[in-house]
Amino acid sequence: MHLPLFTIWSSIHSLGWHGAFELLRGGVVLGALYALVALGYSLVYGILKLLNFAHGDVFMVGAFMGYGVLSVLSGHLGTVPLIIVMFVVAMLGTGGLGVAIERFAYRPLRNAPRIAPLISALGVAFFLESSVQLLTNSAHYQYSNYPVFFSLIEPAFSFHIEGVLEPVSIVSLIVVGSSIALMFALLFLVNRTRLGKAMRATAFDREAAAMMGINTDRVISAAFFIGSALAGAAGVMYGLQYSDISYLVGFAFGLKAFTAAVVGGIGSIEGAMLGGLLVGLVEVFAGGYAGGQWVDVAVFGLLIAFLLVRPTGILGKHAIQKV
Amino acid sequence: MSETPEHPETPEAPPPAETPDAQTSRIGVDSWVAESEARRSRTPAALLSRGAARTPDPLKLLVFVAFAVSLPFWTSSGDLFIFGTLTLISAALALGLNVVVGFAGLLDLGYVAYAGVGAYTYASLSSPRWHLHWPALATIPIAMAAAGLVGLLLGISSRRLLGDYYAIVTLFFAQAFASFTNVTNPGDITGGPNGLPNVDPITFFGHKLASYNQQYYLILAIVVILAGATYLANMSRTGRAWRAQRDDPLAAQAMSIPVNRVKILAAVMGAAIAGLCGTIFAATYTAAVSTDYSVPFLILIYATVILGGIGSIAGVLLGAAIINCTLQFLAPQNDHPEVKRWLFYGTIILLVAMLKPVWRSLLVLVATIGFGFAVHALAVAYASHKWTSGVPSSGGSWIAHWAIIPNTDSFTGLNHGNFNNIVYIGLVVMVVITASLKGWWRMLALVPTLYLTVLAWENLLAASGGITAYLLFGVMLIALMAKRPQGLFGEARVEIV
Repeated sequence: MHLPLFTIWSSIHSLGWHGAFELLRGGVVLGALYALVALGYSLVYGILKLLNFAHGDVFMVGAFMGYGVLSVLSGHLGTVPLIIVMFVVAMLGTGGLGVAIERFAYRPLRNAPRIAPLISALGVAFFLESSVQLLTNSAHYQYSNYPVFFSLIEPAFSFHIEGVLEPVSIVSLIVVGSSIALMFALLFLVNRTRLGKAMRATAFDREAAAMMGINTDRVISAAFFIGSALAGAAGVMYGLQYSDISYLVGFAFGLKAFTAAVVGGIGSIEGAMLGGLLVGLVEVFAGGYAGGQWVDVAVFGLLIAFLLVRPTGILGKHAIQKV
Repeated sequence: MSETPEHPETPEAPPPAETPDAQTSRIGVDSWVAESEARRSRTPAALLSRGAARTPDPLKLLVFVAFAVSLPFWTSSGDLFIFGTLTLISAALALGLNVVVGFAGLLDLGYVAYAGVGAYTYASLSSPRWHLHWPALATIPIAMAAAGLVGLLLGISSRRLLGDYYAIVTLFFAQAFASFTNVTNPGDITGGPNGLPNVDPITFFGHKLASYNQQYYLILAIVVILAGATYLANMSRTGRAWRAQRDDPLAAQAMSIPVNRVKILAAVMGAAIAGLCGTIFAATYTAAVSTDYSVPFLILIYATVILGGIGSIAGVLLGAAIINCTLQFLAPQNDHPEVKRWLFYGTIILLVAMLKPVWRSLLVLVATIGFGFAVHALAVAYASHKWTSGVPSSGGSWIAHWAIIPNTDSFTGLNHGNFNNIVYIGLVVMVVITASLKGWWRMLALVPTLYLTVLAWENLLAASGGITAYLLFGVMLIALMAKRPQGLFGEARVEIV
């Protein structure tokens, strides 16, 4: 996915303060998207201790669902209702997809050896990728084929840095604002509601929670629904921000979002947010200053560095492993 | 009058301890488990796997070698390359992965990147790129060492971590490797998207091994050596340590097994084998190209190991044959287009035949055939002729009288919109529905599901071969993990919680 961004970077000949600002702006927006996907990883990992490789591809499916709504309803609805419908459809669709994935790929493996659900997750990721490849005939799709895209990249406000006018677009405000809002909504859900209490209990000890009368299967399904819906929302925002989507968009994105979850402290909601921001900034600055081929290497280096120095992440707690 | 009919029976009732089951049951095996095992041991699959287990291992290897050596004598050279050489390459890779995943239980998802490291090392040392043409006896060990070193570094960096982290670190490494080598770098060390072309063939003491037959026998020799070496490694003290820490790391540590060192040893060994395979791969294709060592190839190797049975060497070899041949038969251009069709319908009928009891599978089959003709008749009666006048993509013209195949010719055909996509999504939804229903309802749902499968196959899947194969591998991984995690030849393991 760094290829379109790479062309933008290479067009910036001299990086002054305004260049740095452009990178900062790009990094924050990308980081907000990573954070949303990382929330889903973190939620599922916190409850099931399962690394859901398919999550990045759920994100990609969300981007395509948004595109589908856009292609059907563009011209029939105004900009704001259209965007709302896109989000609702993509979030419900990917949420349902997440529940189905959990039901068919992970639930039969609840008590299997640890390696089994990981392999199954790899299978799901590949199934989703190949399915979308089949359905889209391996083509790239552009959100910018529709006027909504252009009405959103209008600058919301702009300011002068070193005499260069630097705009901040509406879409980047939507991305950053809605991911912060969704994070707070998730925090409220986990800390203040009955379902959240059940989730925390299930994460803490699944068997004990089941004995206390919590329907743990339903709680896990709910976690998958919420996590996947957040990924679906992130997918739509990705399309609105970067326009170009294809079946390959999800895999590398999912890996980096997982890095964000690890860096922030897996299982922690605020940590996922911080980690996403950090990964987004590292990626964009590495691309801006070093070149596009260093993007993945830099984020990978960040992951290794955190695993070596602070494996619990920024906000993670030291967990004592039960035997 | 004093005797009631119940009285004489009570003393004769045998005490439960004397039942034949209890006599034959083994120590430590629950009678219920023993009964269920006895029931299962009568199925043909169980007989087959028991026969395989009783055959001595050297004999199995001998049978495999005899078959493999004879292959070039009765196949064309194109078929030999596609079905022989490529199968052996994936078998060699899978043997290395088997050490890591099967014996040591580490989920190493960067495996193909090690092969890439080996391929790029070999290509740098024996190609016109730097005007170096070192002999293979020097470059192969260097490539293996380079790949092993990468494996060592990754292993050390994540040695303290749980299995999941190792998986993500290695997967991310594979991703970073692919994206790094795919871009033109400073100094152009990796050649960018074009890779490093014109790689020398493998040379031994001045003999170039460039023909299909020579390549084939070279790789066969490597596979046999690898199979023997990994077999012996698994039987050794180290192999026991691998299995011990895989099944219970804590107990293994308590028995003074150096768990971390043993794990890293497995990772390095796997990486070095992958590096070896990478050199062979580069020499066979005479190029090292970044996209060859990316995620689809990883899935292929994983599907091979898991289908055959994690930890089983015979299983890996069989898995390589099945997976590679499936991939090649499904490929859009191959010399045997009709095989694809027979494989598909054979598999469908086999799956239906697995329903129990037998009359159910017959019923489903008959109902599906009837359903198809009914739908086709309706389509002929009420829809445009163009909906039913297409050519099935897998080639059997008789199926066009049963399945709906729209004519998609760009001049005379119909603009059928998203028919294929609707069929595919409908199929996925129907499979989900069928899997969540039980009893009669499931059989009822199976009929349209089967029909949709055929529609999807004839209209979409058969025509887009490579994608279909990978789709199949993904589904296979999910289904195997849920239904038969030990694969064809693996040992069923029960995790002690």
